Amino acid sequence: MIPTRPPATDATWLEQHNPDRLPPGLFERRIAEIAAIAGAHPPAPALPRPQERWQDDVIAAEVQVGSRVLDLGCGNGQLIERLQRERQARGQGVEVDPEAVLAGIERGVCVLQADLSEGLSWFADASFDFVILEETLQTLPNPWLMLSEMLRVGRRGIVSFPNFGHWRVIVDLLAHGRMPVTERLPSHWYDSRNIHPFTLQDLLDWVDAWKVRLVAGHSFSDGSLRPLRPEDDNLLAEEILLVVERK
Amino acid sequence: MTCPASVPDSERKSATSPSQRPGDSANQPFDASSVGWTSANTIRLVSADAPLSLALGGQLGPIDVEYETYGSLSPAKDNVVFVAHALSGDAHAAGWDKNAGAARPWRARKPGWWEAIIGPGKAIDTNRFFVICPNVLGGCYGTTGPASLDPATGKPYALRFPKVTVSDWVAVHGRLLDALGIERVSAVVGGSLGGQQALEMALRFPDRVDRAVVLAASARLSAQGLAFNTVGRFCILNDPSFADGDYYPTAGPSSGLAAARMLAHITYLSNDGMHEKFGRRLQGGQADTENGFGVEFAVESYLDYQGRRFVERFDANSYLYITRAMDYYDATAWGQGNLVEACRRIKGRVLVVSFSSDWLYPPEACRELALAIVKAGKQASYVNVPSPYGHDAFLVESSAVSRLLAGFLRQP
Repeated sequence: MIPTRPPATDATWLEQHNPDRLPPGLFERRIAEIAAIAGAHPPAPALPRPQERWQDDVIAAEVQVGSRVLDLGCGNGQLIERLQRERQARGQGVEVDPEAVLAGIERGVCVLQADLSEGLSWFADASFDFVILEETLQTLPNPWLMLSEMLRVGRRGIVSFPNFGHWRVIVDLLAHGRMPVTERLPSHWYDSRNIHPFTLQDLLDWVDAWKVRLVAGHSFSDGSLRPLRPEDDNLLAEEILLVVERK
Repeated sequence: MTCPASVPDSERKSATSPSQRPGDSANQPFDASSVGWTSANTIRLVSADAPLSLALGGQLGPIDVEYETYGSLSPAKDNVVFVAHALSGDAHAAGWDKNAGAARPWRARKPGWWEAIIGPGKAIDTNRFFVICPNVLGGCYGTTGPASLDPATGKPYALRFPKVTVSDWVAVHGRLLDALGIERVSAVVGGSLGGQQALEMALRFPDRVDRAVVLAASARLSAQGLAFNTVGRFCILNDPSFADGDYYPTAGPSSGLAAARMLAHITYLSNDGMHEKFGRRLQGGQADTENGFGVEFAVESYLDYQGRRFVERFDANSYLYITRAMDYYDATAWGQGNLVEACRRIKGRVLVVSFSSDWLYPPEACRELALAIVKAGKQASYVNVPSPYGHDAFLVESSAVSRLLAGFLRQP
């Protein structure tokens, strides 16, 4: 049974989330907090181009030697190839784009062409040690189902995602009144792959609701990587990687 | 071996000029990327006194198998790629038949059917692998079949040849490996009916197959596929020259066999592919309104050509037996009707490839096989290669197939 949040039409839920009835001072405190962070940061264009796919290094370190690994939305299989080479993993990828699947098989990786919107029914329970959703969850039509599937077929899940709670995203939306476009989120609303944007807090809510254990977290912002600070990183982390497991 | 006599073919195109004949080394029709001149081997795998028990009952013996090999077998005998041919294919998978001669003149015009894939430096690299390709039981290319002499009568078996199945073929393939002293294969590879042999080998001999490649094939033929084969056989069986199969040594039901082949070729292409290749073009530029029903459209000419070419080189009785084996094949038999249960037998890795416009072994059916293997807890790769070439794509899309095979054969 998949736990869900109360429906957005639930009266109590609506009352608690009504932007017209915020607790006194909350909005002002949040604005001041974001303004302080923004003021302390150098302007974005001065930043060096962030390293691509920092997540691969973290995943390679998180995955134990000899693990069975499932990479969902594996693209051309680059990560699995690396895990096979460096961690002696037994890898399996799933990818929807036939050209990427072809490239993956060509590089010696086991890849199944399939659409993740159909779920993972063809994988047996607990058939992998790690299930990886690298920059994929927010692109899926049914991320809630996929999170459940991830921990059904895998002992541990690794989820990396762009954090839509980051201060720069909020400031951009606030200042311009349009869907945010930042260096790490370069697409416009109409051509973005990110059809289900979410924040760190959203995912931490999921961790709570599902009684999932947060094993490790990594936060990436302004080109540097550090361990997750759950209390600060909803505003400070541009990108996040969480390792979770069933309790 | 008795294959039907040749039918005059005015459209015959020659890939090699008469000066490029075997033995004329100055004018070899191949370069260093080919395995070059080939010659087949024939081996008696089953003797008359210890016949093979067949899947549908009955026994058969003796059984001779014609096969070709390319590359060198490693001292450890661990570099074997076993190639299985499709319905109308043969053991001559690569290179140029040194002995084409009068018996198989069509082989002087073109190389083996998978020349694009098998050879030095190619996807199935003969510098690395020892490739074995046998002709199937019931065929007409040197392996025991309906045209072979029945030792009981001294005459060709014709329809007295027992019904054989893909399972029987693979049993014979296993005996061939035994005879060559090969315990296990690095890979078994095939397309279409050859893909089903690859699958069957992985199911029947799980400990002997490290990898299996199933191209444009699924666990079983669909009702539509069965229907196509039915019409093909109907054409042969109702040809006045069929004579209940006892037509040897004449060519027998040539027009029936040609019609079967024409229909089959339609199923090997796709609507888009045919549109692209022929459209509604008229062969002579204009319709022949005077003379009724000759060859007018380009597509008509293509089918006419394919039909006539085929009867030069194929035996109608073999066509009956092989299409029937194709009909009967059902991999789910290994799991009492459940494909996932069947796939639990597999021990090696499997690569399943479908082609988007294939309607003989459609992508959904191939995908079902790949997912069943995964559901059974085995490692599988699956890709649906976008292609307008229909079922034929497994032979035509050699660039995509090369990339897939090279990568898959490299997998640890």
